[in-house]
Amino acid sequence: MILWWGKKKAKDETTGETPLEPVADASPAEFEPASEGGPAAPDLTPPPAAPPPVVDGARKTGLFRRLTEGLRKSSSRLIDGLGAVLTRKKLDQETLDELEDLLVTSDMGAAVARRITKAIAADRFDKEVSDEEVRRALAVEIAEILRPREVLVDFSTGPRPRIVLFVGVNGSGKTTTIGKIAASLSGMGASVLLAAGDTFRAAAVEQLKVWAERAGAGFLSKPAGADAAGLAYEAVEMARRDDRDIVLIDTAGRLQNKTQLMDELSKIVRAIRKLDPAAPHDVFLVLDATVGQNALSQVEAFHHTAGVTGLVMTKLDGTAKGGVLVAIAEKHALPIHFVGVGEKAEDLHPFSADAFARALVGLKD
Amino acid sequence: MFDALTEKLGGVFDTLTGRGALSEKDVNEALREIRVALLEADVALPVVKTFIDGVRPKAVGEEVIRSIKPGQLVIKIVHDALVEMLGGEGEPEGLRVENVPSVIMMAGLQGSGKTTTTAKIARRLKSVDRKKVLVASLDVRRPAAMEQLKILAEQVGVEALPIVQGQLPADIARRAVNAAKFGGHDVLILDTAGRTTLDEQMMSEAAEIAQIADPQEILLVADALTGQDAVETAKRFNDRLSLTGLVLTRMDGDGRGGAALSMRAVTGLPIKFLGLGEKLDGLDVFDARRVAGRILGRGDIVSLVEKARAEVDEAAAEKLARKMAKGQFDLDDLAQQLRQLQRMGGLGGVMGMLPGAQKAKAAMESANVDDRTLKRQEAIITSMTRKERRKPDILNASRRRRIAAGAGVDVAEVNKVLKMHRAMSDMMKKMGKGGMKGMAAAMGGMMGGGMGGPPGGLPGGLPGGPPGGGMAPKGGLPGLGGGLPGLGGPGKGKKK
Ligand SMILES: Nc1nc2c(ncn2[C@@H]2O[C@H](COP(=O)(O)OP(=O)(O)OP(=O)(O)O)[C@@H](O)[C@H]2O)c(=O)[nH]1
Ligand SMILES: [Mg+2]
Repeated sequence: MILWWGKKKAKDETTGETPLEPVADASPAEFEPASEGGPAAPDLTPPPAAPPPVVDGARKTGLFRRLTEGLRKSSSRLIDGLGAVLTRKKLDQETLDELEDLLVTSDMGAAVARRITKAIAADRFDKEVSDEEVRRALAVEIAEILRPREVLVDFSTGPRPRIVLFVGVNGSGKTTTIGKIAASLSGMGASVLLAAGDTFRAAAVEQLKVWAERAGAGFLSKPAGADAAGLAYEAVEMARRDDRDIVLIDTAGRLQNKTQLMDELSKIVRAIRKLDPAAPHDVFLVLDATVGQNALSQVEAFHHTAGVTGLVMTKLDGTAKGGVLVAIAEKHALPIHFVGVGEKAEDLHPFSADAFARALVGLKD
Repeated sequence: MFDALTEKLGGVFDTLTGRGALSEKDVNEALREIRVALLEADVALPVVKTFIDGVRPKAVGEEVIRSIKPGQLVIKIVHDALVEMLGGEGEPEGLRVENVPSVIMMAGLQGSGKTTTTAKIARRLKSVDRKKVLVASLDVRRPAAMEQLKILAEQVGVEALPIVQGQLPADIARRAVNAAKFGGHDVLILDTAGRTTLDEQMMSEAAEIAQIADPQEILLVADALTGQDAVETAKRFNDRLSLTGLVLTRMDGDGRGGAALSMRAVTGLPIKFLGLGEKLDGLDVFDARRVAGRILGRGDIVSLVEKARAEVDEAAAEKLARKMAKGQFDLDDLAQQLRQLQRMGGLGGVMGMLPGAQKAKAAMESANVDDRTLKRQEAIITSMTRKERRKPDILNASRRRRIAAGAGVDVAEVNKVLKMHRAMSDMMKKMGKGGMKGMAAAMGGMMGGGMGGPPGGLPGGLPGGPPGGGMAPKGGLPGLGGGLPGLGGPGKGKKK
């Protein structure tokens, strides 16, 4: 379960940041400032290391089990393939090439796969290695890329009401993620308002309403086709009036290349900022684990338009393992907050770089 | 992205004189680049491997004809092989709906677009095939999923099975089949809940539904933005459900659509439709050439035109086309074009879509033509009065000075914008009723312009290339070769 309400921001910094091998564009890309009138693009550098987390062991294992469970059942190409490739026991060029290919099958992209393979080979080339050893080394490399992005959200501090906007392409899991977060925050005693900002998709309002009822959260909606920016504005007003702790604003799914829809999104942001220039305090981009290289374009476009502050990756309970997060993490200093591993309220967990990396290469506990 | 491939291939073959046959070594080198390109387009690795192995023997020994470059030849061979693997030219077989009632079952992962596609297919069957359609949602899991289908059914004017709360999917399926029989419907479409293939309970539920409803078509609906997982998902659904076809949604996105190839390759099933957009008429019959071009990036010229089309709101486009035909193209139109360019991801975004544009991009960068220039030029136009924008001829020296002051730039820059406008308007007159094509060309022209110095815009324009060019105007975008004046040189505006 999620237990982050009231928790301090925490980050596992035991290894610290290892400088990345100089690759052409491996350094975090500089985002252009958000388009005029949109929110200011936040500083993409993750906050400085906080004291080590009081990690809830049960929570971590829970997530890990869920991820590996999926993996065990999935016997994906990456996991199976690793087993097959590594039967040769010697890390020669051919084995490395195959290893690189296998990493590609996780969607991390050809360039990142190559880099990771190189790093593995550095002090092991032509040596005898066990399957387990290689997997562990891969997991370490991958976790190292991801660790700086592992940032818990602390909804308990900061402004009240805290205004959180959810954005993403169609069907990525925005509404469900809102429902999950609402359920768990309400369960911890927070006073939550859900705003049905998807005024476009059929029955999107009803869908969120069900979640609001499940969570016992407040709910604001308007008739289909209403102006989403106006609704967002009212949601903030209403939250202030009703003294809410947090407002979660849903938005309609939109493909990032549709400029008109993206303009609408920046309009929503502007409307919110009329009431609170510092808001939305969080803008979460929700990514689907099955997505391929297009996720990079999604990150860039949504960041540009709405000033994304963090990522959520859903559907990690399927066969896809969301390897594109590694490519994103390497390119952009954007925190990854949560992962979704199912459709139920409890199927949301804080992102853990280690668990994710280990699941990606099929390491069992 | 693809410009890189074209250029890399160019590099591979630089050593060749362009005579004789392709050697195995050359082909291997070229195919390495193709391999990376396919992976970047999200084609699944095992499919990439099979594909490359199949192409190799076709390419080795191929005669290089003088008129095309070896790199282009390889691309053509690859393109043709892609088309073939995707199902060849010509339309795929339509839906089998001759039984009365015929049942179509939709299946897929969560969020892949099943419900929207159900409504789109219903609409198509109704309006094109004149069928009486019933739709039913078996999604009892996602909140309000059934309501969603009900609303969409209303929108397309087909019947939806009344919702009965608390029924199990299998029972709803039975009820739906009966309702279709007794209601005199020709086709029943069953929308199902999204499911991951790892969810055994849900997968057997799907199999049970298929058994009960005995569908003539079971369509797997998949997101065109899917990555490497496409093969896994397609294989697993096919194993459990004996699918009859695939539908790829979100083809209106800017993904490269490699999933199409992956899924087709592992299932051997026809891709029947492409989903484009949230509007319920956004369903196209699959076209292998179009998708092949897109995967290869070759079709980026096509995408540019498509993108341009999607960006301009249609009314404005029509108005502009009319004006263009009459040879009227005022500064308001220019401002609109500038905004458009910015929206399309700025110059970088547009250039990135064109093969071989790398050099031009570099030239632009060195000439300091960047997106700020676009913004500044737009600012200049917005500093004009309405009358001035309509009739640029009245812009005398004092007006120009006022405008320059208003926009915070030198008069020289105002002049540049006016010069650019004149050049574009001349070009448009020449193109006459170029319509949308003309529009794309015009934008090409703007991009070509101002790159100034280096080899007159893009070297030789875009290669006409293999027939993959699709709907791109012959010979690539004319404007690109030309190099119109304008688009200003180094920014002399206010310091950033
Ligand atoms: N298996 C699984 N399914 C999920 C997860 N998160 C969301 N889903 C499902 O994915 C589908 C789409 O989720 P939504 O929350 O409706 O997505 P959305 O982004 O709000 O979609 P639109 O509003 O239509 O753009 C639903 O069927 C959800 O139940 C997850 O972590 N795992
Ligand atoms: Mg939604």
